[in-house]
Amino acid sequence: MKSQYVDTIKKEFKEFVIGDPALVNETYLTLKKDTNVMAYVDAIRKEFGGLITGEAVLRNEVYLTIKKEANVKICDYLYHQFNTPLVSIFATDERKTDGHFKVHYVFSCDREDAFIILKINIEEKSPQYRSITSTIPVANWYEREIQDMFGLVPQGHPDPRHLIHFEDWETGLYPLRKDFDIRTKPKRVKGEYVYRRVDGEGVYEIPVGPVHAGVIEPGHFRFSVAGEPILNLEIRHFYTHKGVEKLFENIPFDKAVFLAERISGDNSVAHAVAFCQAIEKIAGVEIPPRAKYIRTILLEHERLYNHLGDIAGIATDVAFAFGAAQANMLKEDLLQLNEYVTGSRLLRGMNTIGGVRRDIGDNKDKILLKLSTFQQEFRKLMELLMETPSVVDRIETTGRIYNDIAKELHVVGPAGRASGIDRDTRRDHPYAAYRELNFKVQAHKSGDVYARTRVRADEVHESIAIIEQALWSLPEGAIKNEVKEIPDGFALGYTEAPRGETIYWVRTEGGRIERCKVRDPSFCNWLAIEYAVLDNIVPDFPIINKSLSLSYSGNDM
Amino acid sequence: MTVENEIEIMGQRLNEKINNMFGRSLHIREVDAGSCNACEVEVTALSNPIYDMERFGVHIVASPRHADMLLVTGPVTRNMELALLKTYNATPSPKLVAAMGSCACNGGIFGDTYASGGGVDKFIPVDVYIPGCPPRPQAVIFGLMVAMDKFEQKIRKTEVKA
Repeated sequence: MKSQYVDTIKKEFKEFVIGDPALVNETYLTLKKDTNVMAYVDAIRKEFGGLITGEAVLRNEVYLTIKKEANVKICDYLYHQFNTPLVSIFATDERKTDGHFKVHYVFSCDREDAFIILKINIEEKSPQYRSITSTIPVANWYEREIQDMFGLVPQGHPDPRHLIHFEDWETGLYPLRKDFDIRTKPKRVKGEYVYRRVDGEGVYEIPVGPVHAGVIEPGHFRFSVAGEPILNLEIRHFYTHKGVEKLFENIPFDKAVFLAERISGDNSVAHAVAFCQAIEKIAGVEIPPRAKYIRTILLEHERLYNHLGDIAGIATDVAFAFGAAQANMLKEDLLQLNEYVTGSRLLRGMNTIGGVRRDIGDNKDKILLKLSTFQQEFRKLMELLMETPSVVDRIETTGRIYNDIAKELHVVGPAGRASGIDRDTRRDHPYAAYRELNFKVQAHKSGDVYARTRVRADEVHESIAIIEQALWSLPEGAIKNEVKEIPDGFALGYTEAPRGETIYWVRTEGGRIERCKVRDPSFCNWLAIEYAVLDNIVPDFPIINKSLSLSYSGNDM
Repeated sequence: MTVENEIEIMGQRLNEKINNMFGRSLHIREVDAGSCNACEVEVTALSNPIYDMERFGVHIVASPRHADMLLVTGPVTRNMELALLKTYNATPSPKLVAAMGSCACNGGIFGDTYASGGGVDKFIPVDVYIPGCPPRPQAVIFGLMVAMDKFEQKIRKTEVKA
């Protein structure tokens, strides 16, 4: 019955309905009330007029400076009233220019393809501000990160432990402050890290990592278990913290593109493109259409081999060796195609500020041929996996992330889409050539490993379709616009990496990078694993972990 | 030459060396000391059906206590330093250490900073350096062969000492 009404409403008021209501648990339609981002700003002005001290609009970014005390109120209003996800929080050290630290809250207005950035000023003398984590749980790790890197204390944070600095870190050293020299080697001091404890009869702990049994990155997992089911999981990361954000401030632009490629190795293109886009925005340079299309093709190539790797990993972890071998073979085919086309198996060294460094147009036929055989093989593989009872039995209802939890934690990418969050940067904030191409955002609602596998499988087909469209309509012309001088300024760069929304915020000053904030999708998704594993059995943890496809390096940086 | 042919030729040579030195199998423990995960993509690729290192006697084991060799990636971050040393000490002697990837060789793009150690050889003795960002699977196999030669020398040295 309900769906009938929904269908009628959708049909009658097509242009007023956003998002597919069938994906949400309740029948709930979001109506398009405001048509542009300034309506949001007007509403904030009306509600909190006196608390706003400055405004600036740059391209699709609206910067509002608000009073420090008002941060909880206004963030809460924007987040809950308008349903705008909080996509990043970061601090800057601007003591030299205006004597303040600044904390930025970035909200994404998906419907308007715009961002609202709230700024608060914090004085050096009293480096505290009010924590918003209790009202907006997404802020949890961001605030702890800022506490470690800048020494700005979020007051009222429910879990104020160190995040990036380990227990042997000297107090009073904050790497991202401007007066910290990158070559400093802090002394090791004695300290202790306290894990959450679960007490009770028969409850015991399983510590895992940082050196794991398989070939994966380092991280520590502490399970509290009673029998087989997991009662609690605490993750501890930042073993691979390499000081990337500080490093950005110490290297020239050209080298910074290479650094961006090495933040999360298998998401090289997504990171490089996001960084280049931010710089191009600052420089006011439009890249040639051909470069846009080539970037799109590279981004989708990256998505293909990543998704195949994840599907192979899931097959391995459910002990379906034959399926895993097939998937790994297909992934290797893609890596070899990457090498043939770009010279790098992981598509590195292709992007540069102003365009791309190498044309791939000559290889059009080879790519199309390879992809068409690949697609046939992939279809067979998915039929095999999804029709094998021992596989489906292990992945159905395993590692469920419900829609409301996923929303509260801002789960992004395929993991979010498997939990009914219909967001995709390619559609909501189109970049490169996505505006001109046809594709469908795949979303499911059950939120288990099965749904995440399905989303990936569907996205593989979409990716192939995108590459085909892009190759057929590849515009002629140059592949790079020379960018001679990069003026002072700041901008956001964003892409949809295979793991999800990747956000860069870059500020340039005097021909160098003053601050570069990187938000890898894994930084959002890691917290979801603590929920996803609850009540699952320990042997299912690897599958859940793999299905979320999390990067340790991208998270730790 | 196709990848398959390359691998066949290199693999046979590797197999001979492993047979002579380790009695059929070389056991490797991979340690990520802060890499960007690209090296892990390539190590994983070594086990796929195209390369299938296992058929030449190369086996990736779950514990350093079972390993003849450590394959270390990443520049050794401050936070991973202790874990790497513990893993090294847990590996029985005589052991080999291969530094895989540019950052394991000398810190690479991450260099020597407050958080990055600037290369594996600053912390533990390294026998072989496998450069590349990331090295291709073929390069890793070649590196393993060089390591094998080194191992022969190592054994001889120990024999003389005894």
